[in-house]
Amino acid sequence: MKSLEELRELRSKVQKDLEMRSNSERPKIIIGMGTCGIAAGARKILKAVMKEIDKRGLDVIVTQTGCIGMCEKEPLLDVKMPGKDRVTYGNLTPADVKMIIVEHVINGNVVEDLAIARFDEGGN
Amino acid sequence: MDQSIYRSHVLICTGTGCVSSGSKKIKTVLEDELAEHDLSKEIKIVETGCHGFCEKGPIMIVYPEGVFYCQLKEEDVAEIVEEHFLKGRIVDRLLFKEPISEESIPAYQDIEFYKKQRRIVLSNCGRIDPESIEEYIASGGYEAAGKAITEMTPEEVIQEVKDSGLRGRGGGGFPTGLKWDFTRKAAGDKKYIICNADEGDPGAFMDRSLLEGDPHAVIEGMIIAAYAIGADEGYVYVRAEYPLAITRLQKAIEQAEELGLLGDNLFGSDFSFDLHIKKGAGAFVCGEETALMASIEGKRGMPRPKPPFPANKGLWGKPTNINNVETFGNVPYIINEGAEAFSSVGTENSSGTKVFALTGKINNTGLVEVPMGITLREIVFDIGGGLTSGKKFKAVQTGGPSGGCITSDYLDLPIDYDSLKEIGAMMGSGGMVVMDEGTCMVDVAKFFLDFTQSESCGKCTPCREGTKRMLEILNRICEGEGKEGDIELLLELGEHIKDTALCGLGQTAPNPVLSTIKYFRNEYEAHIKDKKCPAGVCQGLAAAYVIDEETCVGCGMCAKVCPVDAISGKPKESYQIDGDICISCGACAQKCPVDAISQG
Repeated sequence: MKSLEELRELRSKVQKDLEMRSNSERPKIIIGMGTCGIAAGARKILKAVMKEIDKRGLDVIVTQTGCIGMCEKEPLLDVKMPGKDRVTYGNLTPADVKMIIVEHVINGNVVEDLAIARFDEGGN
Repeated sequence: MDQSIYRSHVLICTGTGCVSSGSKKIKTVLEDELAEHDLSKEIKIVETGCHGFCEKGPIMIVYPEGVFYCQLKEEDVAEIVEEHFLKGRIVDRLLFKEPISEESIPAYQDIEFYKKQRRIVLSNCGRIDPESIEEYIASGGYEAAGKAITEMTPEEVIQEVKDSGLRGRGGGGFPTGLKWDFTRKAAGDKKYIICNADEGDPGAFMDRSLLEGDPHAVIEGMIIAAYAIGADEGYVYVRAEYPLAITRLQKAIEQAEELGLLGDNLFGSDFSFDLHIKKGAGAFVCGEETALMASIEGKRGMPRPKPPFPANKGLWGKPTNINNVETFGNVPYIINEGAEAFSSVGTENSSGTKVFALTGKINNTGLVEVPMGITLREIVFDIGGGLTSGKKFKAVQTGGPSGGCITSDYLDLPIDYDSLKEIGAMMGSGGMVVMDEGTCMVDVAKFFLDFTQSESCGKCTPCREGTKRMLEILNRICEGEGKEGDIELLLELGEHIKDTALCGLGQTAPNPVLSTIKYFRNEYEAHIKDKKCPAGVCQGLAAAYVIDEETCVGCGMCAKVCPVDAISGKPKESYQIDGDICISCGACAQKCPVDAISQG
C-alpha cells in the first residue's frame, strides 16, 4: 500500500458487495415467488432482474416474497423506491423487466401500463 | 448466469462455538442444496466469526432481509433453501424465539439479546468474512492506520487515545494512551509491541472470538500502536488451544503483507512494521506480561518483579508495550471517529464499551458488547434472558480467578472499572459466570482456587504454598471437616498472599475466596458450624432427600434412577428414602413428576 488514496480506491472497488448487509434505505425489488409465481415463471423474472442490475451497476436490494394472492396476474414484481409507494407489476415477461428498471428504478417513473396495484406504505 | 453480485448473502457463523455445534456441516449441506437448485450463483455463502449468540448455534443470517435462523440441523437446510431461497417464505420454526414471550423474531436486530448491545469492537464480527481482507477494507478497514501514519504524528495519535479515555481491556484498566506514552518516551531505538491473546480465565472467550471474527481489526490496532510508540516489530501471543484464531490471524497477516499493509514503508512513509505470531502452550501465568515476554524469548514462562516495567525493559531488554486483544480492537474506531465519539459512550472514568462472555445458569449464553455503565440487571435479565433454572439469581462471578462476586444487592450498580473495584469484584477480562440459588459459594471459591493453584508457576512462596494451604482448608470445609477459626485463617492467608505474591496471578488468587467470604459468610458458617451445605452441592454435607408422602403418587420413577438403591416402596403407594444410604445426588428429585422430593 503506497498511499491512503490507494487504499480508498481499493475500498470503493470492494465495497459494493457488502452494501447488502447494511440497513440503509435503498430501492427494493420484490419478486413474488410463491409456488404459483414460480410456476408462472418468476425465476426467469428474477434472473432478468439480476442481469439488468448487474449490467447497470445499480445499488438495489433484490428480495422475494411468497404468494400475495394475485396468482392470476403472476409473475409479479414490486418496486419500492425510498420514500415512495410500493408499486406492483404483473403479467410480466423478462423484456418488461428492462423497461421497469430503466423507467421506474432509474428514472423514477411508474410504468403505468404494467402496474396493477399500489400500496401506500406511508412513505416508508 | 454470469454475474458478480448476488441477490442474497448467507452468513454462517464459524466461530468456535458454532463450529462445535456443527456449522461446518450445515455449510456443506447448504452448498449441495444450492447447487442442486441451481442457486449457487445467486446466493453467496460467507463464513463469519462469532455472532455472540453461541447458545443458539449453529447460526445463519440471511441478507438482505437480515433473517436470523438458529439451532440449525442438517435436515433443516433443505427446507430453508426450498422455502426461503426459492419461494421467499421465512421458515418460522427455525427463527429465534424470545424465552419469555415465545414470540418468533425474524430480524436479528430486534432480538432482545442484540437490542441493548452497542457493538463497536465487535461491529464486524458476524458481519464480514474474517478470512477476506477485501471485506474488512470494504467496511472501512485500514483507513485508521492510513490516517494515523500519513496524517498524524505519533504524539497526536497518543493524545487522541489519551483523550478517548480508553483503558486496558485485559482487566487492569490502566489508561492505554499513558502506557503508550511511557514506551514512546523510553530510551532506545528498537521497541516492540505485543498483543496479549493468552486468554485463560475459566468462562472467558472474548479475545478468541475477536481474533476469529475480525483479526484485521486487531492487526490494524497494533499497527497504529506500533507507529505511536516507535516500534517496528510486534508479536501476537496466542495460546495454542485457539487453533481457529491462529489460522485466521495467520491468514490475515499474510493478506496484509501482500497488500503492503505490513512490512516496509507503510503508506509510502518511513514507518515499517512486521508482525509475528507466538503460540503459547496455554499456561495461565503466561498471560502475565513479564512471564509472557519470557515465553516469547524461549524461556520458561515465569514472571519477574516489576519495576523495571516492560515500557522500559521488556522483550529482550527493549522497551515494550503490551495490550490486550480487545484494547487493540478499539483503536481503529478511536482514530477514525475521534476521541470524543468514543468517550461519548460509557461512563466518565470508563469510556467506551466492554465485551463480556456471558456464561453459567443463564438463557442466552454468549458474547455481548455493552456500553460501560450498563447495570448487571440489564445484562443478566434483558440481554441474558434471565436464569435457565427458574431459580432465583444469586451472584455473578466476574474477572475469572482474579475477580470476585457481584451479589443481587448490586444488580442496579452501573458496571465500570471503578464501581466493580469498590465492591471487591473486578472487570477482569470480561468473563461473567451467572449463578443461581443452587450454587454453593464455598464450592465456587474452591473451583477457582483449584484452578489458580494448579496454574501457579511456583516461583514465589506465597502463591505456591499459600494457595495450596487455602485450598486444603476449603476442601476440608466442603467435606464437613471445617473447624472454628477456618474463616479467619482463610482471610489472613488471603491478605498475606495478596500483599506478598510476585505477580498479578498470585496477588489476585485469593480474590474469589475473600469475595465469597465477604458476601456469603453465612454459607461458610453453615458448612463449618451446622455441617450443612445450604445449596445442597457439597456431597459430604448435603442433607438426605425425603419424599413427601402426601404429594407422592407412587410412580416409582425415583427408585429407578437412584444410583445407590436408597429408595423403596410399592407402586401406587408412597415411596421412602433411606437417609443413611442416600448420597444426596438429587437424581430422584429431578425425575419426580410431582415435585414430591426435597432435601430434608
